[in-house]
Amino acid sequence: MSVLFDSRFLSSALLIFSVLFPFLTDNQYFLHVLSLAFIWAIAVYGLNLIGGYTGQLSLAHAGFFGVGAYSAGLLMVKGGMNFWPALAAAVLITTVLGFFVGLIALRTKEHFFAIYTLCVGYIIYLIIYKWEGLTEGVRGLIGIPSPAPIGPITFDTPQSQYYLLLFFLVFVIFIMKRIVHSLIGRTYMAIRNSEELAETIGINAMKHKMISFVLSTSFAGLAGALYASFVRFIGPDIAYVNIIFDMLTYLIVGGIGTLSGPLIGTIFIVSVSQSLQFLEELRMLIFGPLLIALIIFYPRGIAGGIQSLLHKRKKTLQIRKGLRQSAAVEEGK
Amino acid sequence: MDTFIQQIFNGLTVGSVYSLFALGLTLVYGILHIPNFAHGALYMVGGYITLMMMTHAGLHYVLAIFISVIVVGLLAVLMERVVFYPLRNTPPLQDKIAAIGIMLFLEALIQFIWGAEYRSMPTPFGRVVEFLGITVTTQRILIIAAAVIIMLLLYLFLKKTMTGAAIIAMSQNREGAFLSGINANKTAMLTFFISGALAAVASSISAPINLVFPGMGHLVILKAFVIIIIGGMGSIPGAIIGGYILGFSESLGAAFISNDYKDLIAFILLIMILTLRPKGLFAREVQ
Repeated sequence: MSVLFDSRFLSSALLIFSVLFPFLTDNQYFLHVLSLAFIWAIAVYGLNLIGGYTGQLSLAHAGFFGVGAYSAGLLMVKGGMNFWPALAAAVLITTVLGFFVGLIALRTKEHFFAIYTLCVGYIIYLIIYKWEGLTEGVRGLIGIPSPAPIGPITFDTPQSQYYLLLFFLVFVIFIMKRIVHSLIGRTYMAIRNSEELAETIGINAMKHKMISFVLSTSFAGLAGALYASFVRFIGPDIAYVNIIFDMLTYLIVGGIGTLSGPLIGTIFIVSVSQSLQFLEELRMLIFGPLLIALIIFYPRGIAGGIQSLLHKRKKTLQIRKGLRQSAAVEEGK
Repeated sequence: MDTFIQQIFNGLTVGSVYSLFALGLTLVYGILHIPNFAHGALYMVGGYITLMMMTHAGLHYVLAIFISVIVVGLLAVLMERVVFYPLRNTPPLQDKIAAIGIMLFLEALIQFIWGAEYRSMPTPFGRVVEFLGITVTTQRILIIAAAVIIMLLLYLFLKKTMTGAAIIAMSQNREGAFLSGINANKTAMLTFFISGALAAVASSISAPINLVFPGMGHLVILKAFVIIIIGGMGSIPGAIIGGYILGFSESLGAAFISNDYKDLIAFILLIMILTLRPKGLFAREVQ
């Protein structure tokens, strides 16, 4: 029974399932929804790295998502670039922008950081919205080409795009896993728990916050660029503050500061919202109170809840085992 | 020259609204250290209740504002009791997320009840008057007068009454305030009531020159954060001065730089300030 909850077993089972998923269903719509969820999950992993592990709640990530999407879209539509160099350039542009924003934003702390980044996100939205000469403003950017083929592999069917997105998601999760289980990850958590304490044991908090922030913005940029090419139409709305609140909901529901949280939360909420589509804008009538209830009662979301449940179970099992052993010893005497 | 005076007057109008709104935000931050992202939603609810009292219940504008003030004040108290009180001992990240949750909920609720369309609010103060060579509507004069009177009353309340002094004391030093027997719950609830009431007044007096819609609080709350950072988080005079600074720079910027990008001015101001002073312009010493 306990092998079922082993994380390695669980993640390989999940991976096999997601690889086989297109063969299990003929429903193109499910495939589309799941592909979209993968894109959002990449962005939410970025948010989790800086918000969940490093403890700095960045509300600018919808803006960086928009920057990634618009850089890729503009380079392809107006610059006539191929998808792959455009994707690389979009990630690079977002990362460089993230570096400069981080340089200033990370000097501020806690509430100031959240407010500052919220404003940065809003500025990015306003610029995209108002700069009609470049971004086409409220009309949006249309006719973005889908990913270009690499040699014989083409990406023009929903199935192939699904695999492309799955590849990027697995890549991002792999990087996250390596970070979290390394000394760098521990350093981030130390900064999250107490910046002063981390500094007294010789951690350069600013440097590590910077790396974490820049990396998280490049995830957002990657997600944005993939989104542009997958949906093939982008408007300024993708950089609006509502998007960051959506991402935050995915993160909190799944479990902030956990490795599997962003994936669980995003897939759960995206598929629930698809089935509640008749509610559209009103889905927040449900998700708003859900967000509040979770933060009061389960601050670590679904993944955190399961984790602590398993932890408790393991502990009681250990205690029982211990009791049995000591009883056996007693009998032996 | 006429444009200049006209813009100064506009700045005074806009700044009055900003100041009133930012005052509530700064009061709550001062005593509970919560950046209340839901404050913009209170502003929005206030606008809707005034509008609906006028159009559906047929009440007079002033009476409608009065009801809106009470309702939104109580809503703010409810918010404190149900959400922020249980979260009082948790990491600061959680307050912020909970506040965002409230905001999303209130916006969806208003949209559910009254729809997403933009509405305009009728006002009995629509008359145009000549004044110092500029033409203004009486509504704009009302905004300035109401804001100044309310700020004076608030000042007197905080400085001259025991309850007001309790709020000030709690924002200066929490532990010290508890030691001298101040009831933390009562003070917190009262502060939330005042902040909700101020948000309702701000939106009700400014709605006739703007529009009423579910997202009307977004830009205002961001600007209010800019204001209280300029003025120092938790500082009351800072919020008032910051509100007028922003009002003037926006209306002058709109006239002499670019009307399209006038909403950017606030954020550029913020970026400049936080770049030079990461803790805000008039930051108080950390205790």
